Amino acid sequence: MQIVMLLLFLALPVLLSWPLGRFMTAVMNPSNTSGDGRMSILIGTIGGRMLEREEEWKGYLLSMLIFNAVMFGAVLLMLSLQHLLPLNPDGKGALEASLIFNTAVSFVTNTNLQHYSGEVSMSYFSQLFALTWLQFVSAATGISCFTALARALGGNKLVGNFYRDLLRSTLFILLPLSVIVALLLVVGGVPMTYEGAAAAQTLEGAMQTISRGPVAAMVAIKQLGTNGGGFFGPNSTHPFENPSFLTNYIECISIPLIAMATVWMFGRITGRMRHAAVIFSVMLLLLVVKSVIALTLESSPSMAFSGLPIESISNLEGKELRFGSGSAALWAAVTTATSNGSVNSMHDSLNPLTGMVPLAGMWLNVIFGGVGVGFINMFIFIIVGVFICGMMVGRTPEYCARKVETHEMKLALLALLVHPLLILVGTAVFASTPWGSATVLNKGAHGFTEILYEFSSAAANNGSGFEGLGDNTVPWNVATGLVMLLGRYIPIILPLAIAGSMAAKKPVPETTGTLRIDTPLFAVVILGSVLLIGALLFMPVAVLGPVADYLSTAIQ
Amino acid sequence: MNDSRENLAASLRTALATIVLCGGLYPLFIFGFARFATPESASGSMLRDRTGKIVGSRLVAQDFTQPGYFRPRPSAVKYNAAGAGGSNLSPAGPEIRERAVKTVADFGADAQRPLPADLAAASGSGLDPVISLKAALFQAQRVASARGFALADVEAMVSRHAEREKIFWIGEGVVNVLALNMELDALQNKNTPSRP
Repeated sequence: MQIVMLLLFLALPVLLSWPLGRFMTAVMNPSNTSGDGRMSILIGTIGGRMLEREEEWKGYLLSMLIFNAVMFGAVLLMLSLQHLLPLNPDGKGALEASLIFNTAVSFVTNTNLQHYSGEVSMSYFSQLFALTWLQFVSAATGISCFTALARALGGNKLVGNFYRDLLRSTLFILLPLSVIVALLLVVGGVPMTYEGAAAAQTLEGAMQTISRGPVAAMVAIKQLGTNGGGFFGPNSTHPFENPSFLTNYIECISIPLIAMATVWMFGRITGRMRHAAVIFSVMLLLLVVKSVIALTLESSPSMAFSGLPIESISNLEGKELRFGSGSAALWAAVTTATSNGSVNSMHDSLNPLTGMVPLAGMWLNVIFGGVGVGFINMFIFIIVGVFICGMMVGRTPEYCARKVETHEMKLALLALLVHPLLILVGTAVFASTPWGSATVLNKGAHGFTEILYEFSSAAANNGSGFEGLGDNTVPWNVATGLVMLLGRYIPIILPLAIAGSMAAKKPVPETTGTLRIDTPLFAVVILGSVLLIGALLFMPVAVLGPVADYLSTAIQ
Repeated sequence: MNDSRENLAASLRTALATIVLCGGLYPLFIFGFARFATPESASGSMLRDRTGKIVGSRLVAQDFTQPGYFRPRPSAVKYNAAGAGGSNLSPAGPEIRERAVKTVADFGADAQRPLPADLAAASGSGLDPVISLKAALFQAQRVASARGFALADVEAMVSRHAEREKIFWIGEGVVNVLALNMELDALQNKNTPSRP
């Protein structure tokens, strides 16, 4: 049964990623300008003269930062004025300042950590023009920066034009895919309406207000763009976001699709398909292992029910029955491997040890990862792996026919350490002050895990949560806002700086002494550097959190 | 200087165009399709009584307390469809056990007749509209005696409502609680036409 689940949910995105990678390469990096003709004209009309320029990495990043600042400003404005803007049939009021800051950062950085509940706080205008819009352009920012990285590693000093890439990925990749997924969801029963909430008189005579809205459009891009921010508070557990087994399937396979395709795209742009296949298999292996562990751990019943006359089957707390057993564990594994962060069950109510599976995914943050940025993160581990191998044989390490030297390594280590630093320092501060300890729902080690999860999710730009945490407070909003910003831009800027500096070097001819990057051996090297560096840093907090939680409850 | 002004201009133009496309036209297109292809579910799969009044959504659980109705899964938000959510309690914690002890007593379950697990565990949304086939049959006796129906009739009705997700033989048999309860009411009205 579990094997069927696994095949069903992972095989299709893997298969689809191949043609999609081909298509995305054709869109983002058209080889002949003529095929690009009509596309270019449309994009040129939108963006203007600026788009004719080919930039080096610095110019590219500058444009990216300016555009992201504009995104941030525009959404601050829209959210601050939501009570005055149209498309607000349920009369949602003004939002609190620190929540506006947190939400704007959260959606600009492709994180979608939500310290609000959509149906309670957001007008349809905010949901569509602010949040859904950002779900497109933040995902497109990731894809664009990734494309620039691939071009640089392909040996180009000029890495392209950010605006052109952003418009290409928004218009010709994200929009068409979202239309397809949204239409499928509509057919599957997901609502899509501009009407306000419905008032129902229940069979027993009580009044029930049923929130609804333009749900299908947002759910499609939140899944595809590894955003994860749902229309409703409980995300894809909500029957309007995810009414059935079939919609659950469509949504779950949409999560890793684009991130998988970017790996093939990298192979095509750099002309190193076998190397891409090596990276893909490492990522897939990690994803399968993670999924199997989650499926196995989550099939044991709730420990709290032991001894009570309750049928002893898998843990159903926080899960929806209509998706069938196992699909919650699988979703939890996939959504945190990629930096999606949408949920179809409440992660806080996963069995204590299962909670470690999503955490581990966010700590590594390279198992396909966020669209574009997942690969960028993996690039750092590759550089470190290459460097260690070079040191072992006493040769200047090379990657993609360029030397990797001190300058690159300094940047790589910095990029590597930002992630654990943000998570561990943040967790330490909040666990030891009332900022965090007063906001947890569950006591003891489980409460510690709630804090740890929140910072892991913010730093990994994931956005899922142990939602028992009362996180809509000023300290949480500000702290996670800052962590999301640092966790987004540093791991984009530094790798691009490394790739840019490598592209500026003279190519070294590949000889028999060169470390081959397209062999199973190299897969082991990457796997080793990911697991040793990525996992070891987090071992102590894993023991303090989920492991202690498990031991303290299992022994009772 | 000129450079950064040009950069900002490109940013603003790009932002404006993508706002209109992604926030305006794209949802509008999906809305148009939904309106045309699936008008019922597009506005939330609302169920109505004979007079046309909305009694709820097929997709959203509502509270049932009377013995003559099948009860849905527990809800951490009291079936608030304008503020959904789960319990977020640790499945190994004491709070969840306390709640389960009460639920077991409510349903009168015991070792001979253990409570189906979905009736003891709150759903993630608090609005799961279905219960397992097992959980429905578990409640059939109570419903039948409260309404004066034959147990066999109620059980037959439950089986008719059982939706098996027929895709890939993975789903479990589930029953939509609101639809089932509406049919119970309809049957009651037919048997005793004098009742309003």
